[in-house]
Amino acid sequence: MSEAASRVFLDPTSERRPAVRGRVPRLDSLRGRKLGLLDISKARGDVFLNRIEERLRERGAEVIRFRKPTFTKPAPVDLRHEIAVQCDAVVEALAD
Amino acid sequence: MADPDARPALPSGIVAFVKRDCPTCVLIAPVLEQLGGKLDLTVYTQDDIDFPKGVDRVDDTSLEMSWHHEIEAVPTLLRVENGRESARVLGWHRADWEGITGVNGLGKKLPDSRPGCGSLSVDPTRVPELRVRFSRGKLRSRRVEIAALEDPIEAIYDRGWSDGLPVVPPTEDRALAMLEGTSRSADEVVAVVPPDLVECTVEKIAINAVMAGCKPEYLPVVIAAVEAACTDEFNIHGVIATTMGVGPVVIVNGPIRRAIGMNTGINALGQGNRPNSTIGRALQLVIRNVGGGRPGEVDRATFGNPGKLGFCFAEDEETSPWTPLSTDLGMEAGQNTVTLFAGEGPRNIVDQLSREPESLARTLAVNLRSLHHPKLVMAFDCLLVVSPEHARVFAEAGWSKRHLVEHLEEYLQISGEELVRGAGGIAEGLPESVRNATLPKFRPGGILVACCGGSAGLFSVMIGGWLTGATGSQPVIQEVRR
Repeated sequence: MSEAASRVFLDPTSERRPAVRGRVPRLDSLRGRKLGLLDISKARGDVFLNRIEERLRERGAEVIRFRKPTFTKPAPVDLRHEIAVQCDAVVEALAD
Repeated sequence: MADPDARPALPSGIVAFVKRDCPTCVLIAPVLEQLGGKLDLTVYTQDDIDFPKGVDRVDDTSLEMSWHHEIEAVPTLLRVENGRESARVLGWHRADWEGITGVNGLGKKLPDSRPGCGSLSVDPTRVPELRVRFSRGKLRSRRVEIAALEDPIEAIYDRGWSDGLPVVPPTEDRALAMLEGTSRSADEVVAVVPPDLVECTVEKIAINAVMAGCKPEYLPVVIAAVEAACTDEFNIHGVIATTMGVGPVVIVNGPIRRAIGMNTGINALGQGNRPNSTIGRALQLVIRNVGGGRPGEVDRATFGNPGKLGFCFAEDEETSPWTPLSTDLGMEAGQNTVTLFAGEGPRNIVDQLSREPESLARTLAVNLRSLHHPKLVMAFDCLLVVSPEHARVFAEAGWSKRHLVEHLEEYLQISGEELVRGAGGIAEGLPESVRNATLPKFRPGGILVACCGGSAGLFSVMIGGWLTGATGSQPVIQEVRR
């Protein structure tokens, strides 16, 4: 079996629900909303996020900063959970 | 299995399938050349388009024609008339070749006969891929592609398809291999599955059987279990929805138990055997995924029980001194069946001292009395599983199963005084109106008996049922069809 074929599954369900999980709707306004800024710990990501934070605050958003321990690994479950419960939206910054 | 209506047509005349890698094909190559000049001959070559020389060859290195026309050996010679195969010869047999072609004097220098080789289209290392390439169209289920970085097992958890344990990813090749286990068509609707009342096809059952870890030969048993579960009598909707901790218990009878390797001996109700562990799980995955019966949604069980992951066992018909459960429920001896019983977890009954059948029957009765509550009667059935050592006590005294059940019924006649509310200082019980009556613990026919288990151990097991009767669940037996 090819690698690609092993990544195609047959839906075992009644197929009454969509196979792809829907996205959360876009925020209609930034004012008063809590926005997370996630620094992935790559060089100069903080420079980029500092400027984003300035711009977001100008528009009335509350900003909460987060940082991944290392860019080489996915964010720890606890950090993702923290962002999910504290924020209305999140911006993840790459760098380099 | 190839779908005869969908397969590519054969040309009329004589059709041969060969491969160079087969010594017999090499041997008979001159015969094909001899035939080519005399009649309408088409030669499909499986591995080398330059073989055999001297005839018009058709490239079947994709094995498409070989697959669809179920070529099992090479050389195979077919006679095709009006697009339909009318005769087939495998290997080299001069007389047969002369008969099918109508040409005499074939291969005079060759031996009279020589067996052929396996067709590449049945090579076990190629079959899974060929099956997907040529038969995937019969699978109607939605394809769900997961991302390259997603772990397949985790992706299935994320989609809510698991019962809590890892499942086997339901890929096309696995589902098609599973469908080989039944002669039924993939699109046949087997049942309407509660609680969402969804029409369930053989294909959906096969997909969930893959996920449960079944092998293809278990599929007919799983299908029969789904059929039985979704009857009005069994009432799987109620069994799912109840706050009581019951689930479908599947009991397998007939030769198929041995054919698929079920365990009926040591640890017969426990873990460690693949069909025992996966058939009941497949049924529960069908109920979860197709029917939508999920814990916390329609499944409102207060506790549930570990058997709700899947509870399937087989009777030890060979060791049992009695008729199997299947014939007790009206089936023929030797028929393959599943019986579905809405049951809780098994509870052990110990009696290591009784050597007289009356004494042992009284032990069973006093334990059965406690089922769900000693003061509640006629509301629940019971599945009693008797071990070989306990069964021997009855058998040596000449007690048939019916004899045992009659004694149990006699010992389970209970005075209303013990059952009424407040009796024994316990509020639970029956209305005051039954005080002067004597009531049986179980309704007539409410005690089912099966035998299995390890050869050592003076124990039996009772599995309590759910509400019986028309508004609850009644045991249902279903024939297993291949």
